[in-house]
Amino acid sequence: MRARSIGLLTVAAVFSAALVWSAFAPIHTASRDEVFVIPKGTWARRMSGDKVEILPDHIRLTLGIRDVLVLRNRDEVPQIFGPTLMMPGQSFSLPFAQASEYTFSCTAHISGQMTIIVDPYPANPWARIAWHARELLSELRQPTGTT
Amino acid sequence: MQAHRLTVAALSLMSALAAAAADAPAFKAGLFDPPRQAPDFSLQGTDGRELRMSRYHGKVILLAFGYSHCTAVCPVTLATLAAAHRELGAAAADVQVLYVTVDPERDDRARLEAFLRNFDASFIGGTGTAAQLAGVRKDYGISARKIPTPDGYAYSHSSFTYLIDRTGRIRALMPYGHSPGDYVNDLRILLKE
Repeated sequence: MRARSIGLLTVAAVFSAALVWSAFAPIHTASRDEVFVIPKGTWARRMSGDKVEILPDHIRLTLGIRDVLVLRNRDEVPQIFGPTLMMPGQSFSLPFAQASEYTFSCTAHISGQMTIIVDPYPANPWARIAWHARELLSELRQPTGTT
Repeated sequence: MQAHRLTVAALSLMSALAAAAADAPAFKAGLFDPPRQAPDFSLQGTDGRELRMSRYHGKVILLAFGYSHCTAVCPVTLATLAAAHRELGAAAADVQVLYVTVDPERDDRARLEAFLRNFDASFIGGTGTAAQLAGVRKDYGISARKIPTPDGYAYSHSSFTYLIDRTGRIRALMPYGHSPGDYVNDLRILLKE
């Protein structure tokens, strides 16, 4: 019984420490770029009937942390990627400066559009906790989703 | 000793370059890397002349697509471009706004010219046959989808504006909704090149 209590207390202490850390620790990211790549051979795969998904329907960015959408066309043919036509080997970097929801036409999606949600910088502790939680969930869901 | 001096000189140069990069004004629009040459086209210009991109080499071009019956996007975009054009003052002489219609059925030269004059008399529109305009849209990755409405039809179309430098390369893409100040910021960068 005592061992169980100690175990629960330890878990609670670790959880509390994690919460405090995520609320007050400064947020550092190596780059503000959120990068999506069309790999070589994508067009050929599509032509053969393979439904290749490169971009998610919704992309979430955060001002001051990760607020530059970078699209790279590594395929051998031009592609409508995100909002624009991109030549083979071309990159497109789109910075965001205002928190809002942006909708772009995008032929890469069945819906014909792509939504980018730009969140404000998480200035207060609650916002930082929410940001860290979203990041953690995103990592768990798509560990190799972007490059 | 010589090696030491060379190292110091190299480090100083790197610091200077890093400082210059840090001070470089940032674009508000999305940037293409590497930039590609803007495809040329031949349309009927609202000024009564043939509208070709190559006519404006040496100027910075803002290229937008839309149609004169547009009630949501185009009036905002054109008003924004007109405000930016005014804010540039004398430098605006080196900037040309081009507006290519996606609606050849209704946008003849006269209609387009009258529409653009509401915003800025220097803006030049382009119209042509459905096939000509479809070719231009394909070259620039522009979508335009006709949607039936109770009183006729409307278009859902790409709403961004291309920024093309003095040498005719597509340098940047400004999404819909940016302020005149953002355009002025980017135009000043391109005009200085």
